[in-house]
Amino acid sequence: MSRARPLARLAGAILLAAAGLAGTSLAAPAAPLGEAAARHLLVRTGFGATPAEVTRVAAQSREEAVEALLAGARTQATLAPPAFVDEPFFPFHKLRALPAEERLAYARRNAQEGLALREWWFREMLVTPSPFTERMTLFWHGHFATSQQKVRSSRLVHRQNALLRRHALGSFRELLSAVSKDPAMLVYLDNAGSRRQAPNENFAREVMELFTLGEGHYTERDVKEAARAFTGWSLDRDTGEYRYRPFFHDGGTKTVLGRTGRLDGEDVLALLLERPETAAFVTRKLWRELVSPVPDEREVERLAALFREADYAIRPLLRAMLLSEAFWSPANRGALVKSPVDLVVGTLHTFGIRPFDLRPAVAAAALLGQNLMSPPNVKGWPGGEAWIDSSTLLGRKQFLDRLMRGADAMLAQPEPMMAAGTPAAGAPTAEERLRRMMERGLATYAVDWERWRRELAAAGGGAERSQVVLLAVGPVDPPPDPADAVALARAFAADPAYQLR
Amino acid sequence: MERRDFLRLAAASPLVAWGLPAGADASRRRLLILVELKGGNDGLNTVVPFADPHYARLRPRLALARDSLLAVSETAGLHPSLERLLPLWKEGELAIVQGLGYPDPNLSHFRSIEIWDTASSSHEYLGEGWLARSFARNPSPAGFAADGVVVGGSDLGPLAGAGARAIALSDPEDFLRKARLARGEARTSANASLAHILKVERDIARSADRLDPGRDLRTEFAPGPFGAALRTAARLAANPHGASVIRVSLAGFDTHANQPGVHGQLLRQLGDGLASLREALVETGRWTDTLVATYSEFGRRPRENESAGTDHGTASVHFVTGGAVKGGLYGEAPRLDRLDGQGNLAFAVDFRRYYATLLEGAWGADPRPVLGGRFERLGLLHS
Repeated sequence: MSRARPLARLAGAILLAAAGLAGTSLAAPAAPLGEAAARHLLVRTGFGATPAEVTRVAAQSREEAVEALLAGARTQATLAPPAFVDEPFFPFHKLRALPAEERLAYARRNAQEGLALREWWFREMLVTPSPFTERMTLFWHGHFATSQQKVRSSRLVHRQNALLRRHALGSFRELLSAVSKDPAMLVYLDNAGSRRQAPNENFAREVMELFTLGEGHYTERDVKEAARAFTGWSLDRDTGEYRYRPFFHDGGTKTVLGRTGRLDGEDVLALLLERPETAAFVTRKLWRELVSPVPDEREVERLAALFREADYAIRPLLRAMLLSEAFWSPANRGALVKSPVDLVVGTLHTFGIRPFDLRPAVAAAALLGQNLMSPPNVKGWPGGEAWIDSSTLLGRKQFLDRLMRGADAMLAQPEPMMAAGTPAAGAPTAEERLRRMMERGLATYAVDWERWRRELAAAGGGAERSQVVLLAVGPVDPPPDPADAVALARAFAADPAYQLR
Repeated sequence: MERRDFLRLAAASPLVAWGLPAGADASRRRLLILVELKGGNDGLNTVVPFADPHYARLRPRLALARDSLLAVSETAGLHPSLERLLPLWKEGELAIVQGLGYPDPNLSHFRSIEIWDTASSSHEYLGEGWLARSFARNPSPAGFAADGVVVGGSDLGPLAGAGARAIALSDPEDFLRKARLARGEARTSANASLAHILKVERDIARSADRLDPGRDLRTEFAPGPFGAALRTAARLAANPHGASVIRVSLAGFDTHANQPGVHGQLLRQLGDGLASLREALVETGRWTDTLVATYSEFGRRPRENESAGTDHGTASVHFVTGGAVKGGLYGEAPRLDRLDGQGNLAFAVDFRRYYATLLEGAWGADPRPVLGGRFERLGLLHS
């Protein structure tokens, strides 16, 4: 079958870019966003927003602000990753041959390294000049979910994270192809060991169901046939790099989505991208990340068509979505539930808390249901309302209470915040370890209230300014004494509306 | 005498057996404990049809040796890791339901568990969990802390939806300590996300008023999150006015590769966990009026793949245990000679019959409006 039609695609992309430019120049006189809209854009595309950031973006027009976000996007982190990522890959076959204690030591070291990776990522989210890059990297991490527990190599996990960032605002076509051959993914969805004699269907199914088409747009036969096509996409057992293994590959004729031929993995990915369902599926998911919980199907259709026209370039899709009326609609302000990372990193960022040790923040987000690099399953985090149940809501409230009251909270609470109510049988569970880590560290986190007051004042405001910076919608419970910035911040952080973005 | 002690004694007395006389204590209710096996448990290597020659043929690497199995019939045996279930079997308190599934099976984890959680048919999309629908019609008595408690898991599964008062927690004491941060007054919002948050907050405050974290138990549970969740479940179960349903889950059953070690460990956790749960429920006097039932999104493919694993399948076997359970084999043994076009098993028992059995058996609830039709009960309970 024919692969790409690069010329046609290029032409399409140029036309589209031209249309985009024309649209910009024809727009109504560029009105400044104002603070509420500026905050809206910042928290939807980043993690929290400081009073100063809100003020700065408030002076920009929609187009200016969105262009600045897109132009500022990066393909690499600003911070150097932990040093171990450059150490050589430790092969799985050697791991299996180790004595039990050494395997355990490897597992422990791997867990420590995983924690260091998460901490590094959290810090990147806090310090990067382009939080949008990190939000999109996180979005793709949830989309192409892969868990360190199964991959068991923090080097491979880091490589995937770097890959997601490199393509975060690039081309979905390239991203899909790269992630499908990414060693961590090949291990996570078992394609590395899939052989022609009896192919493993794990990757073939999920690439259709979760990465491209969505459930219901393929048959069981398509899964089986695609699994044959993906055989051979494997790992070099010693370096952990991608390696094609012709001996594993089924070179026979297959029929996938109605197309018959001696299809290989790339052919199947190309077929998946030919289907309109793929663009719609990704667009809907991005809509739920950026706009509202329930996508507007007419808008999805428009945006997905644009996405396909641009040969799956992500930037034009983001631009169009962020400039859509729906994005700015008052009805969609505060329509999304903050993820645990939004809540934890966003709160640290908003209040200017830059802890030396971010592991407690990583642990807090994990306990609230979002342990980065360890999604619950291949579908990633379900998100939306599913973030909030009685357990996580109380965890959120307590995290905020702790952070906002700082030293006061310590004095007022003689018993440990998370006492192990159940007598621990044997070694502590992973959850207990996370709790302890959070406990110890959170005690060192505090808001510098003098600085907060100064920042608010510099941004030219008192009480109303606190609300516009901290809440996406009005508070549910009436706030206290409007003159006291500290009391107000505490009340707004405790308000149910603070859980929204 | 404390009211709770009285109830505990009452539960232990032979006069108050499974068929609790109506009016003996109107607020008392049977308890259902659901155990979800996340990822799709391989039924064929859980209750093994060792006498079927197709079994070894389809699984050259994964077939379990006949002499390692714990026989439950002339033709079927339990995985050796389930050894602690054997006493329950011998006591006649373990029902093994074979061939549970539904017509036109979906092989996606996420769609199939949605079908199980909402008790829908394969092409029907229902928003609410089957238990949420049941509680909407037949709520727990007002004095109960909640309709359902999800222990140590994230999603509410069959309890999801407006119809149920459901809470999620991992440690009841911790839950109660933090619950002071929740406000109980009725507040609502046109913003759907905010309305959800306010409902959860209200449910917390309401259940915190009545939640009894239970006492420490003598029974020991295996270390790890599943053991801890079962211990919490058993402690909550000690209070007869706590909840109507408790759900726990054990994850990791999606064994596409290198299945034997992982699956054995998971089944050991399951078998040891259910045996400890029984011991704890006997200790607190609740074994006679509790039903424990497992479920999972699907079973696995009879033919193993080349990675010493199994791909997504369809029908599978599940366990029901409790003081009122009539032990034995129910449903039909897997027909390995009659696989469907994908090489998967046909189901023998519709999962809604399983649910009908639990709804009627636990609370005498009419399953028809909940399940949208008539599904014949399985006779696995003493009447």
